[in-house]
Amino acid sequence: MRKYTSVRAFREKFSFLVDRKAFKYNIYFLIFLGVIFLLSAGMGEQIFSPWKVINILFGNSSSFESMIVQSFRMPRIIISILVGVSLAVAGAILQSILRNPLASPDVTGITGGASVAVVLFLALFSNESNVLTVSIHWMPLAAFIGATIIAFLLYILAWKNGLSPFRLVLIGIGLWALTKALTNLFMILGPIVQASQANVWITGSVYGVNWSNVQILAPITIILLIIAFIMTRHLNIQELGEDIALGIGSKVERQRLGMLLLSTALIGSAVAFAGGIGFVGLMAPHIARKLVGSSFGNLLPLSAIIGAVLVLLADTIGRTLFLPVEVPAGVFTATIGAPYFIYLLYRQRNA
Amino acid sequence: MQLHNRNRKIAGLVLGFVLLLIVNFLSLVLGYTDLTINTVIDAFNHFDGSNEHIIIQDVRLPRALIGTVVGASLAIAGALLQALTRNPLASPDILGFNAGASFFIVIALMLFSITSLQATTWIAFLGATIAGLLVYFLGSIGRDGMTPIKMTLSGAAIAALFGSLTQGLLVMDESALDQVLFWMSGSVQGRKLEILLSVLPYIVIGIIIALAMANKINILTMGDDVAKGLGQRTGFVKLTAGIAVILLAGGSVAIAGPIGFIGIVVPHVVRTFIGNDYRWIIPYCGILGGIFLVIADIGARYVLMPEEVPVGIMTALVGIPFFIYIARKGGKLA
Amino acid sequence: MHVLETKDLTLAYGDQIIIDHLNITIPYGEITVLIGSNGCGKSTLLRSMARLLKPQSGAILLDGETMMKLPTKDIAKKLAILPQGPVSPEGLTVLQLVKQGRYPYQKWYQQWSSKDEEIVQNALQSTGMAELSERLVDSLSGGQRQRAWIAMTLAQDTNTILLDEPTTYLDLTHQIEVLDLLFELNEKEKRTIVMVLHDLNLACRYAHHIIAVKDKTVFAHGKPEDIVNRKLVQNVFNLDCEVVADPVFGTPMCVPYGKGRNLNGVKDNIVPVHA
Repeated sequence: MRKYTSVRAFREKFSFLVDRKAFKYNIYFLIFLGVIFLLSAGMGEQIFSPWKVINILFGNSSSFESMIVQSFRMPRIIISILVGVSLAVAGAILQSILRNPLASPDVTGITGGASVAVVLFLALFSNESNVLTVSIHWMPLAAFIGATIIAFLLYILAWKNGLSPFRLVLIGIGLWALTKALTNLFMILGPIVQASQANVWITGSVYGVNWSNVQILAPITIILLIIAFIMTRHLNIQELGEDIALGIGSKVERQRLGMLLLSTALIGSAVAFAGGIGFVGLMAPHIARKLVGSSFGNLLPLSAIIGAVLVLLADTIGRTLFLPVEVPAGVFTATIGAPYFIYLLYRQRNA
Repeated sequence: MQLHNRNRKIAGLVLGFVLLLIVNFLSLVLGYTDLTINTVIDAFNHFDGSNEHIIIQDVRLPRALIGTVVGASLAIAGALLQALTRNPLASPDILGFNAGASFFIVIALMLFSITSLQATTWIAFLGATIAGLLVYFLGSIGRDGMTPIKMTLSGAAIAALFGSLTQGLLVMDESALDQVLFWMSGSVQGRKLEILLSVLPYIVIGIIIALAMANKINILTMGDDVAKGLGQRTGFVKLTAGIAVILLAGGSVAIAGPIGFIGIVVPHVVRTFIGNDYRWIIPYCGILGGIFLVIADIGARYVLMPEEVPVGIMTALVGIPFFIYIARKGGKLA
Repeated sequence: MHVLETKDLTLAYGDQIIIDHLNITIPYGEITVLIGSNGCGKSTLLRSMARLLKPQSGAILLDGETMMKLPTKDIAKKLAILPQGPVSPEGLTVLQLVKQGRYPYQKWYQQWSSKDEEIVQNALQSTGMAELSERLVDSLSGGQRQRAWIAMTLAQDTNTILLDEPTTYLDLTHQIEVLDLLFELNEKEKRTIVMVLHDLNLACRYAHHIIAVKDKTVFAHGKPEDIVNRKLVQNVFNLDCEVVADPVFGTPMCVPYGKGRNLNGVKDNIVPVHA
């Protein structure tokens, strides 16, 4: 049986090779995501069946029910999905340009840069009674700026006649440690109220997002994703190593810079709205790689869907399991992520 | 400027020791309440219960001694890890030992309300061991085995993992956050002498093992295969050295929380002075590590006076530029 | 006509000059092998001919045009390079790897035209990898893996292929397997092949043209049977030897002097009689 299907259209203006297995996995995970979507929209203090949720979404319900689902749960679900997709795709891109399956947004310091910015934001724009003097809506911007600054530092410090993946990884780790130290410093210096507020954010949570957040994040994410998918073939080439990439006619350095910027933008926008949800950028591409191999045409879409599943699942568990207490999604991505990751290691060890 | 001559190396060691005494003494004198030399001497000879004397005996003295011991242990642990992994950027914090120990301590504190010193110490050892094993497994996966870069990345991943788990626990319990936050950044302040005394035996054992193994480690740094060829039981050497690392790193975390970058900076400085002989590296690391941390701690009192900065943040701010410098040089041993 | 030509080419790493004002030509449609002792700069020269290394001064001409002025994708359509010891990412199948060779011809919306498919299939066929195209590159033997990489360079559909020590880490069987493949590609498809080889005897057997690199420049170049002799080996490799005709192929074969068991009955070192 042939495992591939060639897709060609418009007199071969468009042509792709589709891996059937990867396509199948994409469909499975999309269905899975859909199921979680319905369950998540139905769960909370008011519980609706998935069937009911579908009815509510199509407007066949009381205004109270539709308010709960449409105004409270839906923005949160959509942000979770967007954030999961962004982090997973950014992780996959970083793993390609750093040529290392262990690289992730967390350990390159980019997420950390956003954390420092947020803690600093809370510290700078609060008065004595810990009330913010500017609108909280500026916080995502601060996070984005923080992430970008660290990404540029990473780029500048790692530059030495070009960007070697080796230096990028090590300097990323250094910057990550730096951001951790700075975050701790600012948290200790500020009052405890801010520390705990900042801590929720650093752990990562989609608590309290609304439709206006979705309106900002959705277009950004979609544009960045389109760019990422256009770049897939360059990502494949990057993974083959510098010499081969050059020999095959790719402009390696320029593409590396472009992809670093792209992943920063993805991470920055995700972190801005959901904080430092950890491990998604590491786990999602890893799981996807196990299922469909490392060709990016297959890897990128599946990573994206798995990333969305992970964050949505984590947030749904976090807001329902311990009612009335809400546990930030980041706690669950770490607690689900960590054991799974260790299990992966264990299996590879024996393989 | 390497010291080649044996006598000079001994002289250097003595000089270092004197320096260590001096900075310890400075640590007693300097701070928010500046004290005079006479007060310090009186505090020990004619203790009169005055505020100053109490500060010296109960606050400054433990602090200086803890700084010395923790600095020494972390530097030695760093040197050992660099030899074991043949990775110049290895250190207890980068390889996740500190994060592992912290996580387990926070769990014990929050979920089981364990505060006993002995228990905390053993929990720290457990955490450091688990983190160490995970990093080792993770770092040796794949075709090309345990390369420095994979080791470093897996260490960072494990550190991130335990870090976010700790963070998650703290989110759920705000009152604990206050309690733990300062400790989590690494600090030698506000600890009683008893804490030091209860952990000291393990650390001493760790240092003795390190010194005893120094020669074997010299051989191990030439590579596993070479060491085996020379008749070394490399598994045994690695295991013992690993235990020493866990005693030293775990013990330090139990006392002072996760303090980073001493394990990278100090061994590198030491190597530029005395080369790659671990029989000298280890004692030098001990003394220089002590000096470094005590000085950092004195600095931590002044940076944002009257507020204290946790010393772990000081060492990180000094150490990270150094780390980046080494990384830019291509991660070669100094 | 020459495929590649260097004009006063000087290569350097920092201050250290590796190749100094070199002028050579690579003949069209032949197998050219670069030989020389370790660190003589033959790999550096090969890399520069594939624009992986910028010349410090001078130029490299590809089909008569200065290479540094050509767009890198245009070069990739004329000349392919396989560096030494390439490492494929984990979890990539042979087909997925070979497909990457089509990169210079593709656009983001046009990634698998019928021409792509045809050329990739041909590359798999001529390297004997068609059967293995679904296998992971990781799971192949050394020789198969190298053939997969060569298939990728074939998919680039270039007239010229440069290879840096394509036989390193391979045992003798696999070395012959790879070199036979390259020989066939040259015979049947008239591709120009330029490679670095360590083994002088294999170089003499497969090469139409040999370039011996020594002291930052070319010591000699020409047909193996014309230039490979005792004097060349002495000069280029600093080794004393006897050059005889290969009993099977008749190409030059180098038998080094030195110590060793001697079944011809002479004790001690064998030293040249005409020394």
